[in-house]
Amino acid sequence: MTVNPTSNNFKENAKKALADDNLQAALNNLKGGLISKRKEAIKRLPEFDAISTRAKNIKDEVFLDLDFYLEKFEKKTIEYGGVVHWAEDANDAKNIILELLKSINAKIMTKGKTLISEEIGLNEFLEENGIEPVETDLGEYIVQIAGEKPSHIIAPALHKTKENVADLFHEIHSPLGYKERQNSASALVAEARSVLRKRYLEADAGLTGANFLVAETGSTAIVTNEGNGDLTQSLPKMHIVLATIDKVVPTLEDVSTILRVLNPSATGQDMATYVTFSTGPKRRDDNAGPDQFHVVILDNGRSDLIGTDKQDVLRCIRCGACMNHCPVYGAVGGHAYGWVYPGPIGAALNPALIGIEKSHHLPNASTFCGRCEEVCPMQIPLPKIMRHWRNEEWKKKIPKYSVRLVLKLWLFLVLNPVLYRIVSSIFVRILSFFSPQKGYFSNLPFASGWTSVRDFPAPEGKSFLSQWEEEHDDNK
Amino acid sequence: MNNELKNKKTEIALFVTCLVDLFRPSVAFATIKLLKEYGYTVVVPKAQSCCGQPAYNSGDYEGAKKVASAVINEFDKYKNVIVPSGSCAGMMAKHYVDLFKDDPEFSKKSLIFSKKVQELISFLSKIPDRKKLHSNFKGTITYHDSCSSLREAGVKHQARELLQEIKGLKIKELKHTEVCCGFGGTFCVKYPQISERMVSEKVADAEASGAEILLSGDLGCLMNIAGRASREGKKIECRHVIEVMADMTSVSPIGKKMKREK
Repeated sequence: MTVNPTSNNFKENAKKALADDNLQAALNNLKGGLISKRKEAIKRLPEFDAISTRAKNIKDEVFLDLDFYLEKFEKKTIEYGGVVHWAEDANDAKNIILELLKSINAKIMTKGKTLISEEIGLNEFLEENGIEPVETDLGEYIVQIAGEKPSHIIAPALHKTKENVADLFHEIHSPLGYKERQNSASALVAEARSVLRKRYLEADAGLTGANFLVAETGSTAIVTNEGNGDLTQSLPKMHIVLATIDKVVPTLEDVSTILRVLNPSATGQDMATYVTFSTGPKRRDDNAGPDQFHVVILDNGRSDLIGTDKQDVLRCIRCGACMNHCPVYGAVGGHAYGWVYPGPIGAALNPALIGIEKSHHLPNASTFCGRCEEVCPMQIPLPKIMRHWRNEEWKKKIPKYSVRLVLKLWLFLVLNPVLYRIVSSIFVRILSFFSPQKGYFSNLPFASGWTSVRDFPAPEGKSFLSQWEEEHDDNK
Repeated sequence: MNNELKNKKTEIALFVTCLVDLFRPSVAFATIKLLKEYGYTVVVPKAQSCCGQPAYNSGDYEGAKKVASAVINEFDKYKNVIVPSGSCAGMMAKHYVDLFKDDPEFSKKSLIFSKKVQELISFLSKIPDRKKLHSNFKGTITYHDSCSSLREAGVKHQARELLQEIKGLKIKELKHTEVCCGFGGTFCVKYPQISERMVSEKVADAEASGAEILLSGDLGCLMNIAGRASREGKKIECRHVIEVMADMTSVSPIGKKMKREK
């Protein structure tokens, strides 16, 4: 099983989030910055749209022959002395990693940022088995020592303000000898760096994710800004890469194509500070590097999406632009979504990974404003995929009976125009008759969802069609 | 031959939309008035109700197909179908095609139909050698880009350019004009608290713009924004943009005191 989702509590989660002043302050601090940085970066790259289309095509073509590229990747990895492990689900992946760690008697494992590890609940599993996972990405580290979960895919601690982090570091790092509470961002970063430096050297193994699996070279690649991934993967004896099947691309050229849209979309950078390729373990003449190189490739339900109307969601390169631009994410933050992937990509992907029954709010909590699709560098039609999930739901009769009944009645009326005109004009007449002088209703019993937060504008009078009919008796 | 005469040959079928039909007939009358002034003949096909979005966005694709095929059958005989809503126009011009992708009968029909459907503002902006708007309207407005007008019908500058033809009108832009107002069809009643946050921000932006009136091309957004502004006791008035363009602003703003006839 994967980490337990609380997505079915979305409404309650959202309510809490809206009332959480600290969270709201954190969301306000950051979301505007990411939006304008992206905009500026794209202005500097006039051919962005063309590259984006190429990036999209690369992935689409891979999905036509996914097994071919994955096998090619495996072959190349083995050629360079690495090992590839195939994991069908979360349990497989966790057990493979545990066995690997046991084989070298590992006690401490450093980690670069990987969402897949969140998806399979790796940290909890390793702790239960006596192995200490140490997050080294600053955001992940903050979230780990706070005992929380990431709330954003590229900025895991986006829900925390600088002050929150200062308090947290002061509390956790004091026993380690860092007595003074730091206030500036740079001092906080320096303190975390100093604490983590020691951990890199203690670690028996290092685990990273992968932004790309390159089929032609058997390389894995990570994109980072802190350099933590490099230390995680090159200092310990064993480097484990945890990635999913959708990360494979045919060539290094393809990596550079996708990078050019990934970085501007994610952080507004032209290029991230580090793009690190790993190809097999340390060679005989190398001075440094891991003795063992393992790649764990996870499916976890993704291959079921190939060939379906939701396949496009697999193109995602995890830039986070969709959530940065999502008004719903902006209002409630990432934790409300209740599982690893928040925002529009979560609404489109999570139902595939944890089932629509456990995530049915996510594709519904969208106005379909389309801003996510507009900014997606991989041109994923996110609203459309969310709508397809609503369709799955409808077919499984997950929406409440009352909702389905209202819609059925409405459908019956709409499909019978004469009856519709009679009923709707009566409805409007009644509403007009009762409409207050002020021109709006403060409370309508059958529309309390509406009137709980806003007034309901009264109709002008008679419906248009009935007026038109009176004026044009012989109208066609 | 001048264009008004040329246009006379062009017949336009008006898809009123259910919200306009029930809550704001003035939008339809204003649309007809302006189109007639530009020389078009406007017909209102009788068997029309809704474009099918409530079913479609609730995931009831089969129900939506039934509504869509009824709309296509009723409007198929006309060359131009004009819709005073980006949302409904997007449904009819874009999503019908998606719905019927694998339908032997309607896949082609919906494709042909999709070319006939135009959102009102987009259509107005493309009338060749059009006489400028001559509305007597005076005041400062702000324009709310509805998400579907913006992203599905591609309407942004067209609305502003048309409005700027009106001499007494001044435009002040909203700060986050491309951000959703929180209507989203059933979203606003299913997730009222989140919707409230979004629409409150929109109302605050509208107030901060300094405009007296907020105009938009979609009645869903307008009822949402007007309703929230009213709940917050804000003075800003909301109208469909065509009311101003057609110089038909004698009717009260949305959700404000009605001037009752009789």
